[in-house]
Amino acid sequence: MNFRHIALPAAALLITGAAQAVEFKQVDAAKSSLAFSSKQMGVPVPGSFKKFSTQIAFDPAKPTAASTVLEIDLASIDAGSKDANDEVVGKQWFNVKAFPTAKFVSSGVKALGGNRFEAIGKMTIKGQTRDIVAPFTFKQDGSNGVFDGGFVLKRMDYNIGEGPWADVSAVANEIEIKFHVVAAPAAAAKK
Amino acid sequence: MNPSTQRYTGPAISAHWIIALLIILAWPLGVYMHDLPLSPDKLKLYSYHKWIGITVLLLFVPRILWRITHRPPAALPMPAWQHRIAEGTHHLLYLLMFLVPLSGWLMSSAKGFQTVYFGVLPLPDLLAKNPDLGDLLKEVHEALNWALFILVGLHIAGALKHHVIDRDSTLRRMLPFAK
Repeated sequence: MNFRHIALPAAALLITGAAQAVEFKQVDAAKSSLAFSSKQMGVPVPGSFKKFSTQIAFDPAKPTAASTVLEIDLASIDAGSKDANDEVVGKQWFNVKAFPTAKFVSSGVKALGGNRFEAIGKMTIKGQTRDIVAPFTFKQDGSNGVFDGGFVLKRMDYNIGEGPWADVSAVANEIEIKFHVVAAPAAAAKK
Repeated sequence: MNPSTQRYTGPAISAHWIIALLIILAWPLGVYMHDLPLSPDKLKLYSYHKWIGITVLLLFVPRILWRITHRPPAALPMPAWQHRIAEGTHHLLYLLMFLVPLSGWLMSSAKGFQTVYFGVLPLPDLLAKNPDLGDLLKEVHEALNWALFILVGLHIAGALKHHVIDRDSTLRRMLPFAK
């Protein structure tokens, strides 16, 4: 009886103590994904990027100190069909020869309450840089941290789809981006 | 009633000509669009083609129900073999009115493109994305369309033969506004 009275709060203290020290840093690329959905004539067409690298430093107890850098290999796109894949790497779309990667650099993370957060930062694609706000949720899965979020990117902000493709009645301006990032804690670092 | 003065019913005549018009629009559109390089116009033409096809599929349902519940005017005098060909052509045309748009819808799903009627009403994907199956269904859709082409040709030839050579009312009784 007495032992339990002491042990439970002690264990709880230990757990909270541990949670505060955990910073999720080791991104598991194989378990992470970066997907998008475009709308062509009202038809949602799913796609994804197969290659991207994510650097994350996220401590749920100190979200404001979190940071992330996401770099996307644009040639690794799967835009839903072979025709589309051949097309979107070209000059009018991503122009991957001149601009092989897209990059997101966070400038801050806000806690929205519960497990909801918001990453704020700058996205650079095809030489154009724009502010992005990306809401996401964080949850722990075993020892891993799992980030799920998304935002709407307006392709015309980055000149993705020029010439005839600037016609947003065929391919909508709004592209839905969805990310799923799995990261392990940094090797039990004590701060 | 004398079969030579009997006409098809109004709904049967309307359905016949509306679907005929839609097929005459969708068929060459399909032939033209599939070889185009990817462009916004190609995406638009594909959508128009699919919307027309789905409209045929939707109209097919009341049309076939009407056909089952209403007796068409009796055939005009003709040799038995001609009558058999005419009947067979009609039955196959009904079958293709259903199978051609259905195969297109399935092909689109298998290729990973949902069909969204008029860009606003998403139709369920009856098949999951599967590029190999998509290619196979493309062949099926094409083959069915060639069958449709031949049967429509036969159907028109028959109608004209009755009108011009036999000078009977076979074509006239299907014409809108005719007496």
